[in-house]
Amino acid sequence: MSLLRVTSPHASGLKKVSEVMRDVLLATVPGILVMTWFFGPGTLINLILGGAVALAVEYGVMALRGRDPRVAISDLSVLVTATLLCIALPPYAPWWLIVIGVLTAVLLGKQVFGGLGYNPFNPAMVGYVVLLISFPVQMSSWAVPRELGAVPGIAEALQRVFLPGSIDALTGATPLDLLRQNTGLLFDDLMKTRPELSGWAGVGWFEVNLAFLAGGLWLLYRRVFTWHAPIAMLATLALCALMGFDGGSSQSGGSALFHLFSGASMFAAFFIITDPVSSAVSNRGRLIFGALIGLLVYLIRVLGNYPDAVAFAVLILNFCAPFIDHYTQPTVYGTRKQTP
Amino acid sequence: MRAIHDIHGGIHPPERKALSQPGKLASLGLPPRLVIPLRQHLGVPAVPVVTPGDTVLGGQLLAEANGVMSVPVHAPTSGTVRAIEFRPIAHASGLEDVCIEIETDGLDQWVALTGTPHWQECEPGALAERVRDAGIAGMGGAGFPTAVKLTPGPKRPIELLLINGTECEPYITADDTLMQCFADQLIEGAAILAHILGAGAILIGIEDNKPEAIARVQAAVTKASASIEVASFPTKYPSGGEKQVIEILTGQQVPSGGIPADIGIVCLNPGTAVAVREAIVDGKPLTHRIVTLTGEALSQPCNTLACLGTPIGYLLQSTGWTSEAQQRVIHGGPMMGFAVSNLAAPITKITNCLLAPTEAELPLPEEPKPCIRCGHCAEACPASLLPQQLYWYARAKDQEQLAEHRLFDCIECGACAYVCPSQIPLVQYYRAAKGQIRDSEQERARSDNSRARFEAREKRVAEEAAAREEKRAARKAAAQQQADNGGVDPVQAAIARAKTKKAQQDAPQ
Repeated sequence: MSLLRVTSPHASGLKKVSEVMRDVLLATVPGILVMTWFFGPGTLINLILGGAVALAVEYGVMALRGRDPRVAISDLSVLVTATLLCIALPPYAPWWLIVIGVLTAVLLGKQVFGGLGYNPFNPAMVGYVVLLISFPVQMSSWAVPRELGAVPGIAEALQRVFLPGSIDALTGATPLDLLRQNTGLLFDDLMKTRPELSGWAGVGWFEVNLAFLAGGLWLLYRRVFTWHAPIAMLATLALCALMGFDGGSSQSGGSALFHLFSGASMFAAFFIITDPVSSAVSNRGRLIFGALIGLLVYLIRVLGNYPDAVAFAVLILNFCAPFIDHYTQPTVYGTRKQTP
Repeated sequence: MRAIHDIHGGIHPPERKALSQPGKLASLGLPPRLVIPLRQHLGVPAVPVVTPGDTVLGGQLLAEANGVMSVPVHAPTSGTVRAIEFRPIAHASGLEDVCIEIETDGLDQWVALTGTPHWQECEPGALAERVRDAGIAGMGGAGFPTAVKLTPGPKRPIELLLINGTECEPYITADDTLMQCFADQLIEGAAILAHILGAGAILIGIEDNKPEAIARVQAAVTKASASIEVASFPTKYPSGGEKQVIEILTGQQVPSGGIPADIGIVCLNPGTAVAVREAIVDGKPLTHRIVTLTGEALSQPCNTLACLGTPIGYLLQSTGWTSEAQQRVIHGGPMMGFAVSNLAAPITKITNCLLAPTEAELPLPEEPKPCIRCGHCAEACPASLLPQQLYWYARAKDQEQLAEHRLFDCIECGACAYVCPSQIPLVQYYRAAKGQIRDSEQERARSDNSRARFEAREKRVAEEAAAREEKRAARKAAAQQQADNGGVDPVQAAIARAKTKKAQQDAPQ
């Protein structure tokens, strides 16, 4: 019998990193299902391809670094990175786009800094931005939603992904694309005339955002993260949209509802900006972090050159996170000014 | 009804209090040898007044206090002093300390005790002296000399005496048992303490997971018609920390770096209050305390009134201990207790619990993963710190940032490590960082002292050199002066003049 020398505390809540990651993956399922319904199996192919590449790369890199690769794989963090990136990429994108994106995200976004917990930037967004700047054509050809055209079957989908260029594929503009390109029509007219924009925020996009909102609310319920960053981002985005919406003229930026439920707004709010490693540390800091992302998303969408702005906004705020942390330390017990 | 506030953060670990059957006291007999450390308190060790070979009676003084921050030590029962030497003690470091070993004779004969039943007529200062002479230190875990706590001085008037019956850590039921079994003594003890402090109000705070204790204490208050308020509040760890219970029951926060007396409050453990009553009314020094023996490795977990100095191994064996191959024996609770490294170490005034868990009951921690910056630790911290940043800065040994993030306000409660999904032993980093900062502050003080002495010496040497230089310059100037006068030394010239004058005076004779 030997007496163990261990340090306090001796009890643990027994939460694990892999459980947190697993919850995040589960929460993306409704959104993925809705995307598959509206846009076909392209997203699923993205996910499977991206996931496999990510696991292989992480295994290889950890082995190269002399760490136990099975431990690194078992915390599921690289799967989360790959999943988030593949959801953001267009369905039916060429296979090499997925591979380059995942490689960039895992290697340049995460491993180069030291692996899990050391990355200053959101790895999925690093991968996305590198792809967006390097391959603008492939990144801006989004699939046509179900209501407006035939959704490809599995065979055609696989052909489009692995043999790009062999089929002439039908691609369309996203609602945010259309809004940015619009120069003449009033907002209401735009929404009525363009078939892609029927509904609140565009065909398919509204439902996709709703599904991600549901997943995000479930994650809030599971206390995977706190409400501060997502609510701050959505509230600021809505507020900016309200202020910029001058009644719906042709120069307006789009209504608040449009901005909240189109593009990647809900996905960003609950899955991208809540990445704990690259965001602010305190709850007060997260409020500012989320609010500034919301502001930047609106500004870049309306005034900038890219239709959706989440990736850039998130990376800029990842830069700012240490600065925000420095100025948002909570009031420690015993340091508040006593009322005499 | 008193307004109950809430602390920031906190956790709800499984309580596991019923395991040790609170409210009942088991008798575990007298061990053959008692090992009594000279320091069972915060401060300077006591000085022995007995020698090996002496026979002592129960209650006899074994070692006297050495200065203000010191507390005397008494024999818990009759026997013979066998040795005064270094022995293993119950401490996280596993180091040894000077102890008085007594071989008990089983007769339990005591010295004659003289108490003061009419303490209301005594001076507070005299009562505080008696508290000190009885060897009473804080029994909640810190062991602060109670007599010092009871005399905060004229600059800190005390309005509220708070008896901290929270006992928020899982498993521990020593205070619960004390409050159920000795409620009347607790009430009288509280009254004595309030009299010594001159406090206007007395408040006993008990967590709401101890309904029997609340009922018994309330009944005792009613029976004695004492003006004592009994307040219960929701169960949460770590509500029982001194700073936390004050915030919960009064809404005020103890200023950082200060003590509760700064805001007119003195907070004491119920065991200390009962010990004070015994010391004043019965004249009995502190020689026993209630210890919870619990954990699934024990077949008969219980609470017992144990002699101070009883070896830990004796108590565990008496409760049917079946040890595993690799066993933890924890002195204290599962959140803040430390692992005992030698079963011969004795229990002391601050031992409230001995916990012997099985591996299945409290699994050993896994290999820690990297910090994912999730922030759950900051949500759990009762002091509103940022444990995550403290962790990173402790790893980087960045002492400035640690000070800015207020490392020394950490109460080491362990709530942050409890919730960490990466199972990082956060508190150990903070303890190590605090030690390093204390070390480097001592280094800095030493080197500042050396520098001051060196500079003083340099100054003195320079002054002596300057003085010598001055003298040399003065001599040189004098020689120069002489040369200017045509080589005539004025002193010699004057002597020559005097001689010729004398010769002239002598000549005409």
